[in-house]
This record gives sequence, structure tokens and C-alpha cells, in this order.
Amino acid sequence: MFLTLSMLAVQGGVEADQVAGSFEPFFPALVVLLPLLGFVLNGLLALSHAKRSAAAVRAGGELQLDGPGGRPSTHTLPTWIGPGVMLGAFAITVVNFVRMLGAHLEHPVVISYWHWISTSTFTVDAALQLDQLSMIMMMIITGVGFLIHVFSVGYMKDDTGYPRYFAYLNLFVFFMLVLVMGASYPLMFVGWEGVGLCSYLLIGYWFSDREKADAGKKAFIVNRIGDVGFLIAMFLLFATFGTLDFLDIFAGAEDALVYGGGAVTAIALFFLVGAAGKSAQIPLYIWLPDAMAGPTPVSALIHAATMVTAGVYLVARSSVIFALSPVGSAAVAGVGVLTALFAATIALTQNDIKKVLAYSTVSQLGYMFLGVGVGAYAAGVFHLMTRAFFKALLFLGSGAVIHSMHEALHHTHSHADAQDMRNMGGLKKYLPITWITMWIATLAIAGIWPFAGFFSKDEIIWQTAAFGGAANAPYPFLYTIYWILALAAAMLTAFYMTRLMVMTFHGSNRTGEEERKYLHKAPAVMWIPLAVLAVLSIFGGWINVPEAIRTSFLGLGGALPMSEWLHHWLEPLTAQAHHIQEVHLGELAHSAPVGGGEVAWAVASTLAALAVVIATVVLVGGREVETADKDAAPTGFGKVLYNKWYVDEAYDAVVVRPLGKASRFSWRVIDQGIIDGMVNAVGYLARGFGWFGSLFQTGSVNTYAFVLSLGVLFTLASFLF
Amino acid sequence: MTLDFSRQLHYFWALLPEIVLCSWAMVVLVAGVSGSHAPGRVPDDNGDPTFDGGASLGWLSLAGVLLVALFNGWLYSVHEVDQTGMIAVDGFRLFANWIFLGAAALTILISFSYVRRQRLQAGEFYALILLATSGMMFMAAARDLMVIFLGLEVMSIAVYALTGFNRRDRKSAEAGLKYFLLGAFSTGFFLYGIALTYGATGSTNIALIGAAVAGGGASDGLLTVGVALLLIGFAFKVSAVPFHMWTPDVYEGAPGPVTAFMSAAVKAAAFVAFMRVFLVGFDGVYEAWYPVMWWLAAITMVAANLIALVQSNVKRMLAYSSIAHAGYLLVALTAANQTAAAGLLFYLLVYTVMNMGAFAVVLSVSHQSEERLQIEDYAGFGWAQPLLGVFLTVFLLSLAGFPGTGGFMGKIFLLQGAADSQLWALSIILVLTTVASYWYYLRVAWFMWMKDAGTPGHHDQVEAPFALRVALFASVAIILYLGVFPSGVLSFAQASVAGLGSVGGSLLGVGP
Repeated sequence: MFLTLSMLAVQGGVEADQVAGSFEPFFPALVVLLPLLGFVLNGLLALSHAKRSAAAVRAGGELQLDGPGGRPSTHTLPTWIGPGVMLGAFAITVVNFVRMLGAHLEHPVVISYWHWISTSTFTVDAALQLDQLSMIMMMIITGVGFLIHVFSVGYMKDDTGYPRYFAYLNLFVFFMLVLVMGASYPLMFVGWEGVGLCSYLLIGYWFSDREKADAGKKAFIVNRIGDVGFLIAMFLLFATFGTLDFLDIFAGAEDALVYGGGAVTAIALFFLVGAAGKSAQIPLYIWLPDAMAGPTPVSALIHAATMVTAGVYLVARSSVIFALSPVGSAAVAGVGVLTALFAATIALTQNDIKKVLAYSTVSQLGYMFLGVGVGAYAAGVFHLMTRAFFKALLFLGSGAVIHSMHEALHHTHSHADAQDMRNMGGLKKYLPITWITMWIATLAIAGIWPFAGFFSKDEIIWQTAAFGGAANAPYPFLYTIYWILALAAAMLTAFYMTRLMVMTFHGSNRTGEEERKYLHKAPAVMWIPLAVLAVLSIFGGWINVPEAIRTSFLGLGGALPMSEWLHHWLEPLTAQAHHIQEVHLGELAHSAPVGGGEVAWAVASTLAALAVVIATVVLVGGREVETADKDAAPTGFGKVLYNKWYVDEAYDAVVVRPLGKASRFSWRVIDQGIIDGMVNAVGYLARGFGWFGSLFQTGSVNTYAFVLSLGVLFTLASFLF
Repeated sequence: MTLDFSRQLHYFWALLPEIVLCSWAMVVLVAGVSGSHAPGRVPDDNGDPTFDGGASLGWLSLAGVLLVALFNGWLYSVHEVDQTGMIAVDGFRLFANWIFLGAAALTILISFSYVRRQRLQAGEFYALILLATSGMMFMAAARDLMVIFLGLEVMSIAVYALTGFNRRDRKSAEAGLKYFLLGAFSTGFFLYGIALTYGATGSTNIALIGAAVAGGGASDGLLTVGVALLLIGFAFKVSAVPFHMWTPDVYEGAPGPVTAFMSAAVKAAAFVAFMRVFLVGFDGVYEAWYPVMWWLAAITMVAANLIALVQSNVKRMLAYSSIAHAGYLLVALTAANQTAAAGLLFYLLVYTVMNMGAFAVVLSVSHQSEERLQIEDYAGFGWAQPLLGVFLTVFLLSLAGFPGTGGFMGKIFLLQGAADSQLWALSIILVLTTVASYWYYLRVAWFMWMKDAGTPGHHDQVEAPFALRVALFASVAIILYLGVFPSGVLSFAQASVAGLGSVGGSLLGVGP
């Protein structure tokens, strides 16, 4: 909210300040330290709470949260500390942002605190880098993060681990800020590892549940694979440059690296492995859908708005390196667009509301990869920002729905699945605010004009076409395919999101008579964040309207004030990459591969998306959805489930039967069979080897002496021969 | 003060810390069998004489360690005339001494309640720890293969005795005997290596050997076999694969505090001597030994980490973890340059502290005895004993090499050393195995924080007395400090290796 408002407000003041010039950071370290402080305080409260509840359990019984004395202090304090530190961090970020707006910063400001690592040949300072990119990321993390903290106050209020939850959440924000503010790759890696750890802790938050703890482990292992890629890329960078500071590397990149050479391609590809792990891209995306086991606000913060975008941030930050490697960039874009399409097909048939959103997240991240892969770094970051708004909104909205469903089912002791959309329906009557705000987010993600997602997604798709049509584009045909796939995925997005909305909020209510009485709307702490995010989802896209569109009727004939604002804002950082691109690729195309300009395709795509939305409302809304357990009579629950798998036969037959099959194939065979199987196989192999090794550990000294002697013989032999 | 080793008396000054430490060990020994510490006259139920637990003896030993530390600091003001005496007075030795003394102090602090609960003879126990420490200090000080051998034996024999010290425990006795037999076996190789090296170069002085080797004055065949045998002897002491077979059994069977001491200090001493012999003495034949060292490091890292994945006993897991760390340190030896040498000292310091810390918490969980060592026993531990839980988590994260901890910085410096010698393949193996190691370290943390204890009150009896808490607080503080502000200690380590004769790095290997 503040992002847009402050920019509108400051827009007028920019000219006046232009002379004033230099950017003075305002306590940037506090932005990082406040969440850390929150973690320490909440952590201490969590530990003292744990002792208290252990004592209560020993005395017989649980620690009562709703006892006569009210909540224990370990529960009231985190309510203020958790969101409080976030508000503080956000306020300081805003001050810095406003100052930077007025300063026209040409070069990043690096504030060094102490020599963190220093050897004769290698120095890394504990330094924060303040520039346009890190500032945007900080605004998103602290702003959206604050809203999600507030939402959590309502969502988690009955959870016994309340202080622990806020401790983890604050710690996560701390590491995320280190990730985006660090001035070198090692510091970024600190944040990179840290957010991974927090994600692991928060996915497994309800650890008593076996399946959820396993999901945490899965996320952990897959992320390790990505980390190896990141580390190896870092080695290669160090071997080439002798330093790992952003500024030094980018300044020397064009001299030290040959355009399209082996070294830069290897660096780019290893970074891609790291980014794909963190940002859930093919083939490392498998952890994200399982990660939905965590509390819903966590899904919103970590697995939608912030952490999973770290890979995009990595590529955008390393724009110079990727620009120097056409193969690396093409791989990033290819992985992105394939993921966008693949995840979208899976989302078509899911019935769990969070699973749909999870695959949708994966798909949207794919778009961002496509954006930064085709050199449209500003567009990628733009989509990162708008998506943080509407995706957080969708997750929080689904959280409000689940919260309500869960409580209703709890009252009647029903064991129906509170996340299964087949058990919902007609909820708009009971959750009106959630309903409206989620529709806004749906229209935004579907790319309907004038919502935020329209501008950002369209920009990426358009840039794909423009990049492929450049004078000396490396693989023009490939980019045409990318462009077509991206358009197709956009249509699927419109479909599955509308289906989600219709199944959840429209039609007749399927929760059951008794439960219906207990469906409640979201309390203020929960709906206010939704409303704020909804406003951002509508207007957030207006800060970066392409000039061509702004001057057409889509931009109200130039009425929007900020033409390509984000693009210009990031220009000091992306200029070098764009320059490299221009030298080697020539000018970008001005029409799509099959003809048509930017405005024409924007109109076409938004109309098509709108058509899909309307068609879906009519087709899906026009038929009755059956509840998940309606026919769960003795006749056999398994058979019913099987039929529910084909519950969507109406539109299956008309629109998506072939796609539905593809979706099930990719989910069941590729996802569950091949990729899961491969991950498991690696695990078994390692364990098998370990077991084999421990076979020699017989406990007999004779065996040991024998092995030792063999070792001696081998060593001697290798010395002598 | 300047030392001239042509005057025999000056060896007294050069060895002052060692001499004080040995004498102090005698004092502790005598105190242990006299006065109020003497075994009680009334036997207990098992027919053993009773003991008072010997807390005062522990504090007495600790005072000795602190006193020796003072002398060690005093040695910084002392200079030697040339670099060929039997005893070195250089920064390398003194830095290593800090590690040994720190390890000894931590071991004493975490032994208090173990000694009392297991009713060990406190006087002998602490005296043996001090004597083992003096052996290590001799190894670090030695500039002569014979002195290294003497130090090695003083240390080893004390540690053999410590391993089998808990004679009521069959596993302890068995471990002691195993360690002794296999240790004697490897000592044979070591001594034979010394003999052959002497035969090849005509000297046992490391500096003179270095000169002879570099000048081509050494007989080739003899020298090669000598180097190989010395390498095998050291590889056994640092428990590199495939000379590691004794380690898991011995670490599992030995009394808990002794395991902690062995896995940290004994390993550190062996590495320090290893480094001096190979980097100063055999620098001239780097091509001959570095491929073997390369393979030793690679196999050790890979095998130890993979085997650690399947361990369910925490003590045993830590044993394999210590083998894995030996692998990481071997990377520094393979790199054989200034940065790697400083990195090795830094890593040894960090490793000593974090490993001792981890063992201290393991001892608490196991009720200061040899029970509750399965990973399942850690379920719910974090929430029941928050302080200890947080501490163990920090130690495990540091062992795994998580950013922000000393373990991470240590690995960075090792990698830096490897990068300086362009050992890319070895660096990548180090990174990959480190990543694998996250799994077994964090599994313990996972059980601690993410599993409910089987029965309520499962962790009520955990014993963590004052001395142990002191050790834990100190360890955590050092680990976090070194993770965030490592530069000071690293510069100190770099200054310490600067005087280490010819630290080569002359060859930039790219793997065999």
C-alpha cells in the first residue's frame, strides 16, 4: 500500500530534490536487526512457555489457553513483538526508500560494518548494499511480511506453540533481509541457508503430524541440492575474479569473462541449479506443493511472497553474468516457461485449495524465470512484486477460508477435509470480504486489465517475443516456442483460478447443515491485511506500465502517471546487462513472431483470459459439485474417491479432457513416479553404501588390523608405483 | 629473552610450559591418593572403595592448565637464535598449545559429574589428562622426529589408559585394549618411517631433513618408503580412512569425556605434528606425497560422511563425524600453502570447541553415564531442557558448517586454502560431503525439537552441573564469536604459521 501511495506522493517532489542529490541511508542495519531482536525475544518466550507447559503436562493436563486467567504472558507478548518489529523495520525501509527516491542514486551504496572474512587473497566484509533492487525487495519483505504477521495473530491464536511460531517467522524475515541486503555472494549465501532452515522449521511446524514433518525433510533435501549449485557457482566466480563482492565482480565481468564462453556459462548454469532449488523450478520444484503442510500464513510469506523468489532475485542481481551467457539465459527462460506450463496443468485438477495455490505459485515463478531469462530483469522483478501482493492475498484468503471451515468442522466433530474445495461451495455468503478480495487477486493473477498481474505478466510475455525477434537473437525459434507456451500457460492460469473461486465461493453450500451455523467471517486482524493486499493487487501494476500501452486506450490514453517507473528505477543496475545484450543481440523486435504489436497482443491476451474466466464461471458454476465424502457409505469409500477423481466430467468433456489427462500424467507419472523415485533412489544409494561400510565394523581387532594392513599396502604401492 | 640451544640450559626455558604441566600432573596424582581425597576405608556395596568425587581435584587441575597457559603466553616474548634446535619456539607451536590447553580445560570442566557418578579415581583421571596434554605439547614443540615420537607415546599411553579407565564398564576395557593393540601396530610403522627417513637424510631434525630433501641430498628409495610409513602413522592417529577402523569402537566404548578429549585434542596434536613434518620436512618431495594425501582426504570425506548417515547411536555418529572432519583437515594438508596452514589451525580451534560442546550436551543427556545414546532418546529434549537444547543445536549447526557459526568460517578458510592450490575437485568433494553431513547432524536437532518425548518427564533427570555449564557457555560464545568476527583469530593464525619454515605451496596440483 505504502509502496504505491508513497510513490504517488513522492512523484511530485522528485524534481525538487533532484539537486539535493546524495542518498543518506537511514539506519539500514536496524532493518535487519529488528527482526533478529524479535526472534530473540520471542524465542525466549517460547522456551519459557515450553517449560511452563511441560510443568502443566506433568501436573496432569494441557496448558489451558482459555483458562480463567486469560492467556499466559508468553502468548500476549508475541502478539505485539512479532508484528511490532516488522512494523519498525518497514517504517525504516520506507524512510530509506523515500530518501533514495529523492536522490537519483547512480551507484549502489555499500555500508561495511566489519571484515567478516579476511585472508591474504580473499576478503568479505559484513556489508549491506543499498540500491534500487535491494530496496524494492526490502519493501516487499517488510511490507507484505508485516501484513502476514498481523494476519497470523488471528490465524494462530489458538495454537499452543504461538510464541515459537513468531520466533521462527521473525528469524525467517531476518535471514531473508540478509539475503537481499548482503553486498556479496557469501552474505547472500548466509541468508540463502538461513531462509532454508526457517522454511524447514516452519513446514514441520506441526511436527506431531508425521506427514508434515516428512514434508519439511523433503524441502530440506531438495534445497541442499540447490545449495550445492550455488556454492559451486561461487567457487567459479572466486576462481575467476578473486573476490565475491557484487560491485567488484560486475565491474570486472566484461573484461574477465568472454561473451558466451565456457566459464560464464558454467557459472550461470550452476546458479540456475541453485535458483531452481530455492524457487521450485523443474526439476527441483517437488518440495513446494508438499511444503503447504505448514501453517497457511507461512505458505503466504515464505512459499509465495518472499523466499521462493530468492532465485529470481539471484538471477536479477547477477544480470551481468546471465547477459554474458546466452546459453545460461536461454536455460533460465526454458526452465521457467516449462515450469509455468507444467505446474499450471497440474493445478487444473487438484481439489485441495492449497495444492492449487501451490502449483500456481510454481507456475508463476516460472514466469519470473522466463522474464529474467529473456533479459527483462525489470519485468521479472515487476512480476515478483505484483505477485507478492496477489499471491499473498490468495494464500491469506485461503487461510481465512480454511480457518473458518476448520472451526465449523471442529464444532461438529466432523472429519471432513477442511481444505478440500469439494466440501466448500457457496462460501461467499459467509466470508464476503474474503470472497471479494480473492476475486480481485484471481483477476490479477489471470492477467485481466487493469489489475496488477495484467501489466507484469504481459510485460514478460511481450519481452519474450521481443527478445526472440532481436536482430542477432541466439535461438529465435526457441524463443517463439517459449512465447507460445507462455501464452498457453496464461490461459490455464485463468481457468484453474476461476475454478478455485467457483468451487469455493459459488454454487450451493456443501459444508452440511450443522457446520453451516459455525462458519464465521474473518476477524479484523485477518480481513484488514486482505483488504490492503487487495488494494495493492489492483493498483500495484500501475507503476510500470510500458510506454506503448500507457499511451494507448489501455493506459487511459496516458492518464497513468508513472510510465515504466520500475524499469527506470532499476536502470542503474540493469544498464550494464542491457548494454551487453544490445551489443551482441542488436535491437529488440517491435512485433510478435506472428505479427502484431505490443498493444494488440495485450488486448488479445486480456480478452482471451477474460473469456476463459467467464466460460469457466458458466461451465463449472452451472453444475453441482459433490462433497468429498458424500457417498462415503459402506458401499466403499475408495470407489467414491475414484469417481471424485473424475468429478469434473462436465467441463472435462468440453474443454479439458486432453489437458486433464496430461495433468494427471505429469502429476502421477513424472512428479510422483520419476522425480520422486529419483530423489528416493539417491537416498537409498547413500544409505546402502553406508550400511556396506559399516559391515566391516565387526568389532574384531583382527579384522581391523587386517584392513589397516591392506591400507598400508595400498598406500605403499601408490607411493612406489 | 633470546634462546641459544647450544646451551643445554636454554631447553629448560623453551620447555617451561611442558615441565610445569608434567609437574602439576604429579601434584594432582599425589593429591588424589592423600588427604581427604584418599579412597575411603569403608567399601561400598560393590566392594569398591568410596570416593568423594574429586571436584576439588578437578579445580586443582584446571588451575594447573591456567598456569601453563600463562607460561605459554610468556613464551611469546622469547626468541630462538636459529631454527634448528630440537624444540621450536614459534607461533605455530604456541597457537597449537592454546588449542590443547583449551581442550584440556573443557575436558576437565565436563568431567566433574561423570567422574563422580561413575566413581572414577579422580586424581589419576585428571593427572592422565594433564599428562596426555603435555604429550601433545611436546608434539607441537618438536622439531625433531624423535621428540615427536616421544610426545606421541606420552600422549598415546595416557589416552590408552584413559580409554579403559572405567574398568567397571566392559565396553570401556575392550575399547582400551583395542586402541592399545592397534595403536602399537601403527606406532611400529611410524617408528620404522623415522628410521628410514634418518637413513635417507642422515638426520632426524625436521629442518635439516627439509634442507636435505630440498637439496636433493636424500636417497630416493629410502626416503619414499620413509615418507609413506610416516604418512601411515599419522593417518592412523588422525583416523583417516582406511586407517580409521579403531575409531568408532574406541570412541563408543571410552568414557564420554575421554571421547570428547580424544576426538578433539588428540586429533589436533596429530595434525599439528603431521603438518610440521610434511610441510617443513618433506616439502621438497611434495609431488611424491600429495596424490596419496589427495586420495586419503577424498576417501575419508566420502566414506565417513556416508557411513555417518546410517548411525543411530549419537556417540558413534559423532565418531564418524570426527573422521569426516579429519578428511576436511587433510584437504588443508594436501593444499600445503600458507592459507591452508592458517586455515588448519583455525579449523582445529573451532572443531575442538564445537566438538567438545556437542559431547558435553551428549553427556548430560546420557545422565553422565553410557546410557540414552540412541537418537530416539533426544526426542523432545529441546523443549524439556531449552538451554541445553539450544546449545546442542548451535554445536550441530557449526559441525555441519552453517553460516554464522565458526564451523562455517573454518570450512571457508579450508576451501580458500584449497583454492589457492587450485584443488578444485577436492573442494567440490568437500562441499558435497558437507552438504550430505547436514542430514545426520540436523537429524539430531530434528528429534530434539520436532518429536515429542515418549513419556512426559523423560528429560527431567538430565544432569548439567555448574562446571559443565561454564564449559558450554564458553564454547557457544567462542563458536558464535568466530562465526561472526573470525578475522582477529584468523590473522593470529596467519601470523602463527608465518614462522613455520618453508611452507611450500610450490606446486599447484590439480588432482592425481
